Amino acid sequence: MVRFILRRLVGMVAVLFTTSLIVFLIFNVIPNSPPAQRLAGKNATPTLVKSIEEEWGFDESLPVQYATMMKQVFTGELISYNTHLPVNEQIEEGIPATFSLSIGAALIWLCLGVLLGYLSAINAGAWLDRLLTGASIVGISIPVFLLGPVLIYILADKLQVLPNGGYVALSEDPWEWLTHLILPWFTIAVLSIGFYSRVLRASMLDAMGEDYVRTARAKGLSEHRVMTRHVLRNSLIPIVTLFGLDFGATIAGTAIITETIFGIQGVGYYAAQALTNEDLPPIIGVTLYGAFFVVLVNALVDVAYAYLDPRVRLGQEAR
Amino acid sequence: MSADSAAATRGPWSLALRRFLRNRLAVAFLALFALIVVFVLAAPLWADQVAHTGPNTAHVLEKLSVNGQQRDVVTPQGEPIGPQWFEAGGRFFLGADSRLGRDEMVRLMYGGRISLLIGIVSGLITTLVAVILGLLAGFYKGWVDGLIARTMDVLWSLPVFLIGVAAGISMAVGGLKIGPLELHSGSIWAPILIISVFSIPYIGRAIRGEAMALSEKEFVEAAVAQGAGPPRLMFGEILPNLASTIVVFFALSVANNMLFEAGLSFLGAGVQPPNSSWGTMISSGVELLTTAPLLSIIPGAMIMLTVLSLNVVADGLRDALDPRAKVRLEAHAGMVEPEGAPV
Amino acid sequence: MTASPLLSVSRLRVGFATEGGLLQAVDGVDFELRTGEVLAIVGESGSGKSVTAQTIMGLTRSPNSRIEGSVKLDGEELTSADDSELRRVRGERIAMIFQDPMTSFNPVYRLGDQIAEAIRAHRGEVSMKAARGRAVELLDSVGIPNAEQRVADYPHAFSGGMRQRAMIAMALALEPEVLIADEPTTALDVTIQAQILALLERLNRERGLATILITHDLGVVAEVADRVLVMYAGKIVEAGSLDEIFYDPQHPYTWGLMGSLTRIDRTRPRRLPQIAGAPPSLLELPKGCSFRPRCPHEFARCSQPPGLEAGPAEAPEHRDRCWLTREQKRSMRQVGGQIGLEAPRP
Repeated sequence: MVRFILRRLVGMVAVLFTTSLIVFLIFNVIPNSPPAQRLAGKNATPTLVKSIEEEWGFDESLPVQYATMMKQVFTGELISYNTHLPVNEQIEEGIPATFSLSIGAALIWLCLGVLLGYLSAINAGAWLDRLLTGASIVGISIPVFLLGPVLIYILADKLQVLPNGGYVALSEDPWEWLTHLILPWFTIAVLSIGFYSRVLRASMLDAMGEDYVRTARAKGLSEHRVMTRHVLRNSLIPIVTLFGLDFGATIAGTAIITETIFGIQGVGYYAAQALTNEDLPPIIGVTLYGAFFVVLVNALVDVAYAYLDPRVRLGQEAR
Repeated sequence: MSADSAAATRGPWSLALRRFLRNRLAVAFLALFALIVVFVLAAPLWADQVAHTGPNTAHVLEKLSVNGQQRDVVTPQGEPIGPQWFEAGGRFFLGADSRLGRDEMVRLMYGGRISLLIGIVSGLITTLVAVILGLLAGFYKGWVDGLIARTMDVLWSLPVFLIGVAAGISMAVGGLKIGPLELHSGSIWAPILIISVFSIPYIGRAIRGEAMALSEKEFVEAAVAQGAGPPRLMFGEILPNLASTIVVFFALSVANNMLFEAGLSFLGAGVQPPNSSWGTMISSGVELLTTAPLLSIIPGAMIMLTVLSLNVVADGLRDALDPRAKVRLEAHAGMVEPEGAPV
Repeated sequence: MTASPLLSVSRLRVGFATEGGLLQAVDGVDFELRTGEVLAIVGESGSGKSVTAQTIMGLTRSPNSRIEGSVKLDGEELTSADDSELRRVRGERIAMIFQDPMTSFNPVYRLGDQIAEAIRAHRGEVSMKAARGRAVELLDSVGIPNAEQRVADYPHAFSGGMRQRAMIAMALALEPEVLIADEPTTALDVTIQAQILALLERLNRERGLATILITHDLGVVAEVADRVLVMYAGKIVEAGSLDEIFYDPQHPYTWGLMGSLTRIDRTRPRRLPQIAGAPPSLLELPKGCSFRPRCPHEFARCSQPPGLEAGPAEAPEHRDRCWLTREQKRSMRQVGGQIGLEAPRP
C-alpha cells in the first residue's frame, strides 16, 4: 500500500509538471501576439510592456522563460497588471467562499445521488424507478447557467424567499452564510444528483446479477446484508472515482459560472473578473491552483480506490 | 423455427432501427432536435422576411409602432422592450436585448447556428480523433498504447474546463500560431479546437478499452489467420463492432460540447464578438435578470432542450443497439461536471 | 437406513414469465434424498437441473417465477417458508456450491472474512476472531495448505481449484445436513476435477453428508453417485441406482448419453455417436414425449406423454418415462456391441 501511495505521489508531480508546461504553452507560446503586450492587458503603456519583458524574460530562450514563470508563481511574485494586486493573495482570499460552495454542494449531491440511485435500483422497473430515471435525465441536461438565473428570478426576486447573491462568511453570521449558499448549492447539485443516481443504479443492477450475490444469499445472509455489504459496497467503487474527479474539479474553481451568477466572491469569481478584463496573470495563477487541487484529489481518489478494491492494490487490472 | 429464420435475414442495424422507432420518447426527442435545427437554419429567412433586421443591428434610438402606439425600443433608463410576439408584425418577437436594442429572436436564431455548429463540428472531430487513437491504442497495445493512454490520463487529470477557459481567453486575446496553423483572435475555430481536444480523453478511454477487449476475441484471431494486416483488422473487424458505441458517444459528445461551449462563451472565453452564441446571450442577459428575465432564460432553455434531446436520443440509441449496455458506457456517458461543462 | 427421507421433493413445478410466454423450466419433479446418500442429477443445459436445485433453497423466488409442489426438509415444508425461515435453512441445514469459483466470491473482501460472515450470520454470538479461527480450520480440512496465512488473502489470490475448495469449506461451516453442488467441476481442469470429486466423496463418506450433485458429465457421476436422476426438458426421464442407470438404462436419452461416452476399453470410432437434433425450446415443447423428435425408436404411442413408471418388482425404484416395454428396450439399446442410440461409425 505504501508503495502504491509513493507511486501515486510521483505521478502527481509528473502531472503537475505537465500542467504547468501546458499553461506555459497556452499563454506564452501558442498565441500569435507579443506576450508582454498581452500580459500587460488593457492599461498597457510602452514602459510597462518593456518592464514586463524584462521581468518575464521574453527575450530569453523558451526553457528560461518557463523557469522564470514558474519562479514567479511559486514565490508569489505573480501580480495582475490591471489591479496591481498579487495573484496568490487574491486567490487565498477567495478560498473560504469557494470551499464553502464546493464542499456543501458536493456533500448534497453525493448523499442525494446515492440515495436516489439506491432507491432506483432496488425498485428497478417499478414506477418509482422510471420516475427517478426520467428526472435524472432532465437533471443532467439542466446547465448551471439556466438553473441559476431561473432560481434567482423565482425564489429571490419574485418570491423573495432567499437572498439573490453574495457570500457571507461562516464566522460572521452562520445563518446568513447558509441562506446565501442554499440556491448555489442546489444549482450545482442538481446536475450531479441526476448523474450519480444513474451511475449507481446501473452499477448496482450489474452487481445484483453477479455470482457472489447468489452465494451470499445461499449462505443465508439477510436481504439487507446482501444489499449493503455485497451489492452496495461493490457498486460504490465507481462512484468514489467519479466523486473524486467531480469534487476536485469543483473545488478547483470551476464553480466559476455559479460564483459569477450568484456573485459569490470566491476563486472562480476572481477568475471571471480577470476574464472580463482580459487580465492574464490571474488566469495563470488560478489555472495552476486549480490543477493542483484536481491532481491532489485525483491522487486521493486513486488511493481510496485501491483501498476499496484490493485487485487494484495488488497490481491486478480491475475489470 | 420460423421466427429464427426471419430474424436471421434482418441485419443488426435494421433490427436496431426498429427497436429505436418503438421507443416513442426517443423518437419524440429526435423530432424536437430536428425542429431546433430547422429553427436555427431558418435564421436568414426570419431576419429578412419577418424581423427585417440582422443579429447585430442596434436599434437603440428607434421607436417601434405597436398597435398604433409608439414605444421606445430601449427606454432612456436603459430598459429594452419586452416580447412583442406578433404585435409588431414579428419584429422584436422576443423583445430587444440589452441596451443595444437588437432583435432578440433574430439573435437567438443566429446564435443557435453558432452553438450547434460548434457542438456538432467539435463532436465530429472529437469522435474521429478519439476513435483513431482508441483503435491504435487498443489494437497495438505495447508502447503505442502506453503513449496514448498516458497522454489521455494526463489530459483527464487536468481541470479541463479551467484550462479550456485559459486557452480560450488566451486565444481570444492573442490568436493562435502553431507551425503552419494560424487563427486570428476572433475565429470560431478557436473554441472548436479547444473543445475538441479537451473532450478527447473521455471517449478515447472508453474506445480504447473496448478496442482492447475486442482485439482479443476469436474473430480477430481468425482474420489474422487468414492473413489480414493491421489496417484491415482495425477498420474491417474491430471498428464495425465499435460502431454502436461510437454512434451513442457521438450524440453524447455533441451534447457535452455544446455545454462546454456555452460555459466558455458565458465567461467570455469562447465565442467572441461580433459572433454570438446562446452562451454569450445568457451572459449579457444575466445583467438584466430582474427586469428582463427572458433574455437569459430563453437561450438557456434552448441549450437545455437541445442537450436534453440529445441525451434522450443517445439513451434510446444505446437501448436499441445493445439492450444490455454495460456500466462503463453509462459512466462515461454523463461526463458532465457540476457546472454543465466537462470536468 | 433411516425410514423417512431427509429431503423429499414432490410434484415440483417452476415456471418463469418471459417475453415469449411462460417458460416451464421444471415440470413435475419427484425425488427423495436420504441421509448419507449422493444423488446425481444429470442433463443437458436447459434440462431444469439447476433450477430444481436452486428452487430447493428458495433461490428462484422472484416476481416472475411460479413455484408449485412441495419441498420438505425433514418434514418441514420449504416452498411456503417465509424469508426468515428460509434464511435459517440456507447455509445451516442445506448448503450450496456453484459452478464458477472465479466469480462466486466477492472480490473485495478477504476469503476468511467471507467464511466468517457465513458463520456469524447464523451464530451471532460467535466473535469475529473465533469465526476467523474456525475459517482457518475449515480451509485446512478441505486441503488448502498454509491455511493460517491464506485465510487473509483475497479471492483473486487463489487458483480455481483452491477457490472451489474454499467454497466447499464455506458451505460446510455450519455442518449442514445436505450439500447441493451445482456443476462444481465444470469450470475446472480435469486434474483438479478429480481432486474436488475426491474431496466431495470423502466428505460424504466421513460425515454422512447427503449430497445432490448436478452435472452433465457422466464420468463425474460414475465416480461418486449412489443414485442418479436423468432430466430432460424439465422432467425426470429416468431414475435409479448407479448400477441400474449404467448397466440397465431404460430410456433412449440415457442410451444416447451412454453411447456418446468415450470408452477407454474399446477402439476409437471414427466419429463419436451423437444424439441427433437439439434440446427443444422450453417455450415450444413437442406434444407427447418431449424426446420424441430426437428418438430413433419413437412410435405411434409416443404422441401421448408418458408418465414416470415404477420399475419391475425386483427393482421398483428404477423408474423411467418411456412407452417401450422392457424387452423392447433390452434389444433396442444394443447398437454396434454397446449401449447407445445409434451405432458408432467405425
